[in-house]
Amino acid sequence: MSSAASTTLAPGRRLGSRIGDLLLYGITGAAAIGAVALLVAIAIKVIDGSRLAYDKFGLGFVTDQVWDPVKNQFGALAFIYGTAITSFFTLLIATPLAVAIALYLTELAPRGARDIIGSLVEMLAAVPSVILGLWGILVLGPIVADHIEPFLHRWLGFLPLFQGSPSNSGYLPAVIVLTIMVVPIVASVSRELFLSVPPEMKEGAYALGMTRWEVVRGVILPHAGPGIAAAVILGLGRAIGEAIAVTQVIGNIVQIKTSLFAEGVTLGSQIAAQYQGATSNLQISALIYLGAIMLVFSLIVNVIAQLIVRRFDLQRAGGVQ
Amino acid sequence: MLAALLAVGVLVAVVVAVVRHGISKLNLDLFTQTPAGIFEPGGGLANAMAGSIVLVGVATAMALPVGVLIAIFLTELAPKVVAQPIQTALDVMNGLPSIIIGIFIYGVLVAGHQQSALAGSCALAIIALPLIARSTQEVLRLVPNSLREAGLALGSARWRVIVGVILPTCVGGILTGTTLAIARIAGETAPLLFTSSLVTDKVVWNPLQAVQSLPLAIFELSESADPADNARAWAAGTVLLGAVLILSLASKWAQARTRRKLGR
Repeated sequence: MSSAASTTLAPGRRLGSRIGDLLLYGITGAAAIGAVALLVAIAIKVIDGSRLAYDKFGLGFVTDQVWDPVKNQFGALAFIYGTAITSFFTLLIATPLAVAIALYLTELAPRGARDIIGSLVEMLAAVPSVILGLWGILVLGPIVADHIEPFLHRWLGFLPLFQGSPSNSGYLPAVIVLTIMVVPIVASVSRELFLSVPPEMKEGAYALGMTRWEVVRGVILPHAGPGIAAAVILGLGRAIGEAIAVTQVIGNIVQIKTSLFAEGVTLGSQIAAQYQGATSNLQISALIYLGAIMLVFSLIVNVIAQLIVRRFDLQRAGGVQ
Repeated sequence: MLAALLAVGVLVAVVVAVVRHGISKLNLDLFTQTPAGIFEPGGGLANAMAGSIVLVGVATAMALPVGVLIAIFLTELAPKVVAQPIQTALDVMNGLPSIIIGIFIYGVLVAGHQQSALAGSCALAIIALPLIARSTQEVLRLVPNSLREAGLALGSARWRVIVGVILPTCVGGILTGTTLAIARIAGETAPLLFTSSLVTDKVVWNPLQAVQSLPLAIFELSESADPADNARAWAAGTVLLGAVLILSLASKWAQARTRRKLGR
């Protein structure tokens, strides 16, 4: 209808707007497709860079524990182990903390305190990882070695996790630093989830005489459950991918130890620590191979999180209708 | 309650530690002098600050226009079937470890050539891109539909409505989103390790050469055995942390204001 009007009024303008529309569509579409292409290119390039090491070591790289630049012998097991153990303990500590923070901020805190504490927690996420690492080495490290580790050893020393001599750097400080990074992410997502619980459901539960704790357990947590899982998985992605701060505090010794007090390595920390000192093309390629392993983990983790979030959104949209 | 206090406590502890250790070294020399030799007193980090400005500036110049274009495509133009996968790709890109992006740029621009600030900026731009696109999308969604309909009803072409009516209302929101992205990339270390880390102590403004940067300087100084270097790391940390926190606070505040204004 409008096009008919404009034909009679200004035939030239119609052509101009067509071209303009097409042009805008083309340019913005190209940018969007370019972003997708970039993601694909990243994956291809990283896998391509690891080819030299892949050709030499094959998939056995993943299960080989040796990392010896002098003999040109490289394997990834120690790094995968380090990443797995630090990520696991990080989530173990961070999840309950983050959920508690989110619950406090949505259900318990006085209205005035909510925004302030909420934005302070978000600020924590804005602290650059290198600064957390700096704090980790110079402040947290000595505290861990002098107080936290002896304490854990005294009370829980019968577990192999807490045996061995305390040290400034190692898995434990890495776990603490990672926890500090992961908590704000999980907390802010969980907070939004809790806010999305329909007030009628909560009010209904209160009206039935449930206590606050019963409402949290019976109404809020079940409603937000899958969303919290997605938030935790996003946090896992962050824990797997962090390189700098972990390098600064973990000690960078290629070994597999059960004790959390021991020094170790992760995929990210090894790449960050060794890249500048890498002597051969094979070593660089082996480092990129570690990166490729990390990429695969982080892609899997991210896609799973996205899928859960999507489903959760759909479910909620369905519920509103 | 306790958990929230713990989180806030950690934030305060980190900020206090950084500032307390850094403040004594925070003087004019830090901003104007280049680093002193090993075990020499004095010196500053002017090279790292200039480098950070170059890196972040070039990265923002690259990521901002592309990010805005992507956001316009996704919210204003694309059908849902097309927008959905692109959105997912952006979200996945946002979740990529930054060191992977460093490896990517290393493979594309550095291997076989040499490190440069430009390569570092490209890596930072890839990190900023999904952030800017996402925040722009959010602002675009806040623009009331009546504004679009009014423009179209007046017989304006779609592109004129978008460029002439919708974008101008969003400028503020886009800028705050960009500021937030700048705060994020200014602190990134991992991608620079591969792309702009073999550096001199001189102040370099040329983006085709490798430049020092604040996060990288902190990273290197923090691992040094010399306590004077650690003190320099704290000073650099104070500058970086101050800049990052001020930028994110300012943009959070502006964001809340935009939301109030457009939400009405």
